[in-house]
Amino acid sequence: MDLFRSEEMVLVQLIMPAESAHDTITYLAELSLLQFRDLNPGKSPFQRTYANQVKRYAEMSRKLRFFHDQVAKAGKLAYRPIMENVTNLDELDHKLGDLESELLEINANNDKLQSSQSELMELKLVLQNGATLFHSTRHLENGQQLQSVLDDPSLEESVSRPLLLEQEMQTEPTKHGRLGFITGVVPKVKALSFERILFRATRGNMYLKQAPIDELVIDPATGEKVEKIVFVVFFSGSRARTKITKICEAFGANRYPFPEEPNRLWQMKSEVDERLSELQSTLDAGIYHRNNVLNNIGYSLEKWTLMVKKEKAVYHTLNMLSVDVTRKCLVAEAWCPVSAKPKIQDALQRAAYDSNSQVNTIFQILYTKESPPTFFETNKFTSAFQEIVDAYGVGRYQEANPGCFTIITFPFLFAVMFGDWGHGIALLLAALYLIINEKKFGSKQLGDIMNMAYGGRYVILLMAIFSIYTGFIYNEFFSVPFEIFGKSAYRCRDPSSSIASCMDASTAGLIKYSTTPYPFGVDPVWHGSRSELPFLNSMKMKMSILLGIAQMNLGIVLSYFNAKFFHSAIDIWYQFIPQLLFLNALFGYLSFLIILKWCQGSKPDLYHVMIYMFLSPTDDLGENQLFWGQRPVQIVLVLLALVAVPWMLLPKPLTLRKQHLQKARGQAYGVLEGSDTEDLDKGKEYEVEGEEFEFSEVLVHQMIHTIEFVLGAVSNTASYLRLWALSLAHAQLSAVFYDRVLLFAWEYSNPVIRLVGLFVFAACTVGVLLIMETLSAFLHALRLHWVEFQNKFYLGDGYKFHPFSFNTLSQDYEDDT
Amino acid sequence: MYGFEALYFNVDGGYLEAIVRGYRAGLLTAADYNNLCQCESLDDVKMHLAATDYGPYLANEPSPLHTTTIVEKCTQKLVDDYNHMLTQATEPLSTFLEYISYGHMIDNVVLIVTGTLHERDVHELLEKCHPLGMFDSIATLAVAQNLRELYRLVLVDTPLAPYFSECITSEDLDDMNIEIMRNTLYKAYLEDFYRFCQKLGGATATIMCDLLAFEADRRAVDITINSIGTELTRDDRRKLYSNFGLLYPYGHEELAVCDDFDQVRGTMDKYPPYQSIFAKLSFGESQMLDKAFYEEEVKRLCQAFEQQFHYAVFFAYIRLREQETRNLMWISECVAQNQKSRIHDGIVLIF
Repeated sequence: MDLFRSEEMVLVQLIMPAESAHDTITYLAELSLLQFRDLNPGKSPFQRTYANQVKRYAEMSRKLRFFHDQVAKAGKLAYRPIMENVTNLDELDHKLGDLESELLEINANNDKLQSSQSELMELKLVLQNGATLFHSTRHLENGQQLQSVLDDPSLEESVSRPLLLEQEMQTEPTKHGRLGFITGVVPKVKALSFERILFRATRGNMYLKQAPIDELVIDPATGEKVEKIVFVVFFSGSRARTKITKICEAFGANRYPFPEEPNRLWQMKSEVDERLSELQSTLDAGIYHRNNVLNNIGYSLEKWTLMVKKEKAVYHTLNMLSVDVTRKCLVAEAWCPVSAKPKIQDALQRAAYDSNSQVNTIFQILYTKESPPTFFETNKFTSAFQEIVDAYGVGRYQEANPGCFTIITFPFLFAVMFGDWGHGIALLLAALYLIINEKKFGSKQLGDIMNMAYGGRYVILLMAIFSIYTGFIYNEFFSVPFEIFGKSAYRCRDPSSSIASCMDASTAGLIKYSTTPYPFGVDPVWHGSRSELPFLNSMKMKMSILLGIAQMNLGIVLSYFNAKFFHSAIDIWYQFIPQLLFLNALFGYLSFLIILKWCQGSKPDLYHVMIYMFLSPTDDLGENQLFWGQRPVQIVLVLLALVAVPWMLLPKPLTLRKQHLQKARGQAYGVLEGSDTEDLDKGKEYEVEGEEFEFSEVLVHQMIHTIEFVLGAVSNTASYLRLWALSLAHAQLSAVFYDRVLLFAWEYSNPVIRLVGLFVFAACTVGVLLIMETLSAFLHALRLHWVEFQNKFYLGDGYKFHPFSFNTLSQDYEDDT
Repeated sequence: MYGFEALYFNVDGGYLEAIVRGYRAGLLTAADYNNLCQCESLDDVKMHLAATDYGPYLANEPSPLHTTTIVEKCTQKLVDDYNHMLTQATEPLSTFLEYISYGHMIDNVVLIVTGTLHERDVHELLEKCHPLGMFDSIATLAVAQNLRELYRLVLVDTPLAPYFSECITSEDLDDMNIEIMRNTLYKAYLEDFYRFCQKLGGATATIMCDLLAFEADRRAVDITINSIGTELTRDDRRKLYSNFGLLYPYGHEELAVCDDFDQVRGTMDKYPPYQSIFAKLSFGESQMLDKAFYEEEVKRLCQAFEQQFHYAVFFAYIRLREQETRNLMWISECVAQNQKSRIHDGIVLIF
């Protein structure tokens, strides 16, 4: 496993006999080490060789989806293993067709039964509710009669004029027979407009009475459960009847007969009940039968789906191959890692043997100028880190991969910002929980955020471990200081009081009494003292600069390895060396001064040194002198930095121009050499790449690069100060939560207040410090890697190696379901 | 409304404009049509469409496909898009979107009424209705005997009610009546839509009024050509033209008295934007006029996407999808009936 450079890839050509092509591709897919190239990009899907097969499998997967829906609709079934095992796909196709038609027939029958059952149900409901409707109508009629008498008769006349019904009622209150009526059931949502239309259509010559049905009713037409109401419409005349019938049809209202005589009603009710129970048993039998079929299907559904998907994928791949009609063979081109050649050849032989083909597949290497895909063999630990790099851009083929440094530098830079061993332990526990339950989580669908955390579990693990380490250095534990590594070197000014009760720690400061400093990290007694912030700020700021300069130098050194690997002397001499000089003449020197100052314990002003190194390099340094000969060294460094800028800018484009001119001249004379046929073939491929050389473009490009680097040297160094800022913010936030929430609550002796305080403290710690701060520190570490580190050497314009494989298919299946 | 509408357009309309532009990117391109034209069977068409936005809609259709299925599914896609946008929209965009569907409502009303007149089954007719123009009580239309009843029974509840004010008569329905009703309704609808767009102001007004004016002019020409040789009097014909558009009012006067196609051409030649359309047709030929108008319309609709912060993109998208559905219907019909030589006659390329 080489993470520094991507795997060496070759373009290979496979010439396989048509009869064994399918098996060969299947074997290769199981190997999943080849990325096939589409050799007929111009052809639309249905013009390709195996379009019919693809169509067939699309049809089969449609059937499988249908089964899947059916099984899902039927709910949890006890899958019964069936003995017969379908391995042949033709058989499977046949079987699927049979099963589908069987299922469709069963469904159609069931639907028919279901709809007649729900019709009967509705009839039953009409019969049940109808009696009460008629009853209450009679009551109402009497009431209305009463009311019309009470009201002013003339007014009533004009208002109720359309109500012929009522007039009839008034004249012949007992004669129901002259009035026609229709009973039925209508969906509740349509009831209002139904009534309105009825009213308009009959000009008010009707009387509608409705009663809601409490439970949901299955609609016979659609089979869905809807809220419905039972209605009775009274009307007079046959024209009204046809109209109302039409309206009922239009509204999907089902009409049912309603006998007026009570004994007929009883008779009908019992008939309906009888038929309903009959139907129910038939229906149950039907459902039982269907469940049986579905049980059989459900057991092997997943297997079949996978099988069909695999076949489909194989044919999709076969469609990418070019066909030689005369020679009955298929030609494939694919990228594969060089190291995988023996495995592939082995697979090819097995495929040829198993498919009884007379000819073996021919496996040969093609030479091309095309850039191969980038392939890193990662494992579950390294893949997350590689993902971080790939999210920025997939590396160019075989260029130095920042991924292998990221594994350590990323969690470390994160931890510099997140230094708190208490929080670190909490993070560690979370990461360990994810890792220990790795198998369990890996096999099931997770939510978006959970999935992200799961994918980066090893990143989180390392981040947590480094956080604990930096937490010890900062001596932070939920902002509570601990004396773990020995005695503090400081004590209170007032010798009688201990550190905890020292009154002037935050005003006058502490005094040093021991010669041996605190052995590891920051001295705990500084916490909350006067010198805490000035000291920590100074330390963290300088540390950020040191870390930043180190990482940027690493980036520049990597660009050297890249240049060396690709044999580009220009890049070494005109890019790597001036860049290294420029950065180190300015900020490398600053780092050196920082370390020197720490070692000496002297008090020069480093800002002053850096600024006046440029403004007046010849001036006397005075008390800012750190070492002998500092002035001449500084002058040399400034000159070096100044020289490095044109050094970066000019020689590279000029050299390139010279080389191009030479090459052009060389080509003009070189044609004669290429008499060999093989060379001509290769020459064709080279010609395609025929590069244009535009001097101004190259110069502008180089100018942008130079400016970016020179300005970047300053801004990137400043950018590393975010390490300081975030770690400061983190420490202050946790101090605020600890002091203002937890300690504040603890001042009360009331346990309820303490409990609330503890709860708020825990919530803030988890929500703000553990989740939000983790995210922000993660993002800042990401930026430092992507921008400050990777822009020194990483091109990231490659493309990823996507081998044709069945493994991704089974994942797709899980996604679908 | 007072200028600066681009400043706060995105508050309400930004999301949907992004959505509609995304939808537009899913429209079939010339390359797609080229491939579709090479299809041998409807299964090939399905296979090609599987890679487009229509994929999920056609994926679950069993294999012997029919043209109607393809068209139905494509319309379904349009309707889903429309409903998605309508549910997300706020005023005045939601009203604007509703306006777009009124045209289909008119067509559906006419379809049902004509169908009932010829004694077709209502459910069969309902299936033929465009789903964008459906409303609750549409099936009840079958009950009505004359226009007055039609209005009083059903349409008074629909948004079409105000458009009816001009055509309430107690005459029994016949084909001629219905056709006049359709055009009167359409006239009222277009005028109302036009006023609404003008009220919206800004780029919406500019672009939409332009598109609607084109629509109105096209309808005027259609009415003229279709009414040549019928009993429709010149005054009646004149009444059916919408009161806006490039042809209003002088062009209408001339169109009203036209007696044959060449006279129409003579009138239209005076209007430069339409002159180019008629220039494509040879003399005496009116069959290709529809296609020429469609092409011009598609061109104008596409241009609506050039500008940002206005509602015309929604109108344009719906219209372009409809054109695409028409194209697909033509292609599928040609493929199904083995008329591949004619396949290019009916397609209006969108991009």
